[in-house]
Amino acid sequence: MAYALQQLINGISLGMIYGLIAVGYTMVYGIIGMINFAHGDVFMIGAFISLIAVLLLSMGGIMGGPAGILLVLLISIVITGIYGWAIERIAYRPLRGSFRLAPLISAIGLSIVLQNFVQVSQGARVKPMETLVAGGIEVMRQDGFVVQLAYTQMLIIGVTLAVLAVFTVLVTRTPLGRAMRACEQDRKMAGLLGIDTDRTISLTFVIGAALASVAGTMYLLRYGVIDFYIGFLAGVKAFTAAVLGGIGSLPGAVLGGLLIGLIETFWSAYFSVQYKDVAAFSILVLTLIFLPTGLLGRQEVEKV
Amino acid sequence: MTPLLEVDRVSAGYGAVQALAEVSLHVMPGEIVTLIGANGAGKSTLLMTICGDPKPRMGRILLGGEDITGEATHLTMRRGLAQSPEGRRIFPRMSVYENLLMGAEALVKGDPKPQLEQVFTLFPRLKERLAQRGGTLSGGEQQMLAIGRALMSKPKLLLLDEPSLGLAPLVVRQIFGAIRALNAETGLTVLLVEQNANQALRLAHRGYVLVNGRITMEGEGLALLARPEIRDAYLGGGHG
Repeated sequence: MAYALQQLINGISLGMIYGLIAVGYTMVYGIIGMINFAHGDVFMIGAFISLIAVLLLSMGGIMGGPAGILLVLLISIVITGIYGWAIERIAYRPLRGSFRLAPLISAIGLSIVLQNFVQVSQGARVKPMETLVAGGIEVMRQDGFVVQLAYTQMLIIGVTLAVLAVFTVLVTRTPLGRAMRACEQDRKMAGLLGIDTDRTISLTFVIGAALASVAGTMYLLRYGVIDFYIGFLAGVKAFTAAVLGGIGSLPGAVLGGLLIGLIETFWSAYFSVQYKDVAAFSILVLTLIFLPTGLLGRQEVEKV
Repeated sequence: MTPLLEVDRVSAGYGAVQALAEVSLHVMPGEIVTLIGANGAGKSTLLMTICGDPKPRMGRILLGGEDITGEATHLTMRRGLAQSPEGRRIFPRMSVYENLLMGAEALVKGDPKPQLEQVFTLFPRLKERLAQRGGTLSGGEQQMLAIGRALMSKPKLLLLDEPSLGLAPLVVRQIFGAIRALNAETGLTVLLVEQNANQALRLAHRGYVLVNGRITMEGEGLALLARPEIRDAYLGGGHG
């Protein structure tokens, strides 16, 4: 019981990170109908920028406390957002209107470019970081097993919920959110209504990158070790989450992320840590075979 | 007086298909002008070309005397153009209210309430369906929504693509009546594309006939209606 509760806590905090990344996949798919395979690497970039920000702020003596972490988050969001913008501008926009596979191939190429760029500029070795947020609270104790909710986990859950709340308001209530949804549903009509569709697509990439950068910061704080390759696995799992939730559905991406996090954690806890990735990817295969529209995918009948 | 819209020997099309060949027409401020023609004649392409999507391959398009040829669609639309397009293109997963809001948001500044009220007066049905998703409306309701959305930006020039398509005769009469009233009361200029030549020519001040991407006839609405070749070609041999 206590053991399972601990896994639940771990699974949810891991799932939140996947969810944040998955939102970026699903958003880009919704608006331009392509899978941005470089998105996992944007998450990795976000983690690296966070690490560099932590080191610089520590050198300047202004790291420490919640204010420092908030500052790291902001720096990471801004710079990763610029990456997101540049990626769309350089690798996808010139291919718009080209055949369907072209941006997909471009995305895979870009993923390799980003990994190699970080590998060359930051080195290939894993980068450890000293623990910034240590400890946690004891939730319960049973037969000598202590269920702990780490402060980093609370941070992940709190920050993710706050970011998703802001994001939800942005998408459902603001002119930019309406423009994004309009472009997603009928880009030609959006143009006829005076919406600058190129700008809206750019901003979608910026927002997706910003969410991934938050995931990157959280990952760094929680696990403390990153390298240039973390984006691949996290990216594919977040993609699985987006598919499981129903690609194109924003709540679906968060739900899918949580489920993948939970499945992976429970699988590791009760079956095999070595094969935890197999569990996540089996879900991808099963979803694609038996539930291609995902859990919250569209089933609405639309009149023509 | 400068025409509000002037299409000057425009050729356009999609890919290898040439849909329009040296089409010229003009619309004066305050006029209702109709463009009639059979399916595939290029009517919808012409409306879309005026909006900059696709771009003309040859020729010029002037709006209020200013050359807008080749301008990005969203910029052209912000000059006071609105279109209720072919196929209606309602945002299926937005509410009726949001669809209407989209009609004003990026095109005009200021509170959209007055236009919203105007649309509700015109189509009370939309007010009842305000929270409903666009994709779940009936064809007629979607048509009303498409026209209502186009009116939300208080356009100088309204482009209507087959507003009568798929609607009950009663609703068609209502929509045509609304267009006439808007034109008479607010001086709204309208370019109306129709297959329903009889009603369109009765409503319009002037008309053009488009055949295979070329303008073959033009003249006053009722005068065109009286021409035997129009009666034969577009009014079902006198049964219209």
